[in-house]
Amino acid sequence: MSVSEKEVRHVAKLARLALSDAEIDKMVPELNNILGWVEQLGEVNTDGIEPLTAVIENHTRLRDDVVNADPLTGGGVRDDILKNAPDAQHGFFAVPKVIE
Amino acid sequence: MSELTSKTIAQLRDGFRAGEFAATEVAEAFNAAVVAGRALNAWTVETPELALEAAKAADAARSSGDLKPLSGIPLGIKDLFCTEGVDSTTASKILTGFKPTYESTVSGNLKRAGAGMLGKLNMDEFAMGSSNETSAYGPVISPWRRNDGGNAALTPGGSSGGSAAAVSAGMAPGVTGTDTGGSIRQPAAFTGISGIKPTYGRCSRWGIVAFASSLDQAGPMAKDVRDCAIMLENMCGFDPKDATSLDLPVPQWEAGLSSDLKSKRVGIPKEYRIDGVPDEINAIWDKGIDFLKDAGAEIVEISLPHTKYALPTYYIIAPAEASSNLARYDGVRYGLRETPQGGNLDAMYAATRAEGFGAEVKRRIMIGTYVLSAGFYDAYFTKAQKVRALIKRDFAEAFAKCDLILTPTAPSAAFGLGEKMSDPLAMYLNDVFAVPASLAGLPAMSVPGGLDAQGLPLGLHLIGKELDEQTVLNAGLAIEERAGFTARAEKWW
Repeated sequence: MSVSEKEVRHVAKLARLALSDAEIDKMVPELNNILGWVEQLGEVNTDGIEPLTAVIENHTRLRDDVVNADPLTGGGVRDDILKNAPDAQHGFFAVPKVIE
Repeated sequence: MSELTSKTIAQLRDGFRAGEFAATEVAEAFNAAVVAGRALNAWTVETPELALEAAKAADAARSSGDLKPLSGIPLGIKDLFCTEGVDSTTASKILTGFKPTYESTVSGNLKRAGAGMLGKLNMDEFAMGSSNETSAYGPVISPWRRNDGGNAALTPGGSSGGSAAAVSAGMAPGVTGTDTGGSIRQPAAFTGISGIKPTYGRCSRWGIVAFASSLDQAGPMAKDVRDCAIMLENMCGFDPKDATSLDLPVPQWEAGLSSDLKSKRVGIPKEYRIDGVPDEINAIWDKGIDFLKDAGAEIVEISLPHTKYALPTYYIIAPAEASSNLARYDGVRYGLRETPQGGNLDAMYAATRAEGFGAEVKRRIMIGTYVLSAGFYDAYFTKAQKVRALIKRDFAEAFAKCDLILTPTAPSAAFGLGEKMSDPLAMYLNDVFAVPASLAGLPAMSVPGGLDAQGLPLGLHLIGKELDEQTVLNAGLAIEERAGFTARAEKWW
């Protein structure tokens, strides 16, 4: 499989990256080179093999179902969360206008 | 190096406890070394005041008899770890000015153990790279130079290149690194120091900027094996805030150190003899085999048949996870924001990410987005996860025949800055020996084995069974004792 310029532009859109024409031109052969190389995985017989999802066996844990079970995620940290925002107003993240 | 900055963590700890010097003297000596070493570009942020503050607390604790395991030890922290109130940039423009309001679990554990922080260490942007050249702050320059008189600037390796340079140049006795596909081990090998990546899940990933979540694992880098054991003990531990954290007690690795390898079988994987790898790499590997035999180990040949497929598997899985993890950098919650004139929210996202990410990060986001996109998901991502399962199975089968695996760490010594930047695939090959253990989540370590003809360090790589860091550390100690590696970069900076 190889990617065309049009497909690279589509992927850039999915990835929310504004790439210049020069960057797209450079990226098409680079991506094709890398994708051509990873295609050697097609040689491997993986019939009946389950895809690996957890590399070390572990148990799924649940947090206690109470407010502030974890002081870091349980709320009351609005100002901390907003502290690094490029633009915060009235206790919210501010973004360019989305509704006319 | 001054007398204090040339000491190991163990020597600093013990000397401080014995009253030979004060913690503030140690912190001042390293703070001065950090300033003197600025030509290496190893730090993104210097925090001498934090190192001194912890040292003062350590000196006070010594008088009151209230010492902690790392009291009196100043450390460097890779800039991938979020540190409360201190810039955490992951060497990316997109996180310019980001000051976390929280502390990563690992750096918090080290703090609680009494350690001070000298500063944040330069790295490849978002840990994507093997030479430190993708940093938005410019590459770290290795303290090492070839003995050909040419003075070419060499890479310290990556992504933990600032970490490696800081230890090898005597700017920190120990540092944190992170390893996704070899980012602790390869730079350790390039700079003649030791570094270990523990079993996936031993160190909490909470507060470490995510690259590829199923692979990322923190670990220590230091002058020797004992120091790695000391640091690792104080970094690991169960953390309810990381769903992949292992709920297991942390072994006392330092107390368990022993270089006696009698009754241990060491596997030599035949697939790691790769065409085109310089003779010197195979020679150092053979030397490593002799060291381990001398320590009492039995050497057995093993097979890891899917080795060849590890790198292409990695370069599907890691970018896929990265493209997902890096979706959070959109100019809304933290870091850079670029708003094109008259642009809407979508234009702001795309412009912010275009401006904030460097070329390698964009390349990996694009690869990752492509392999996860509709129509290609099964052909690439699911296929890679299946091959990953086979790579893990290879190791499980090999470990039925041996207790430990020995390989070289990297396929070459450190290369010159700029030498490989134009060819992404050539750069990716740097991690050919390191990546399989990462895909399998296994503990793995690099220790110095010797020097090449140009006087540059070469590393030996030990891979252990899951949760068996002790055997890895013990074999590392056995190599260290026999290799007698005392070479240090000659100070030119």
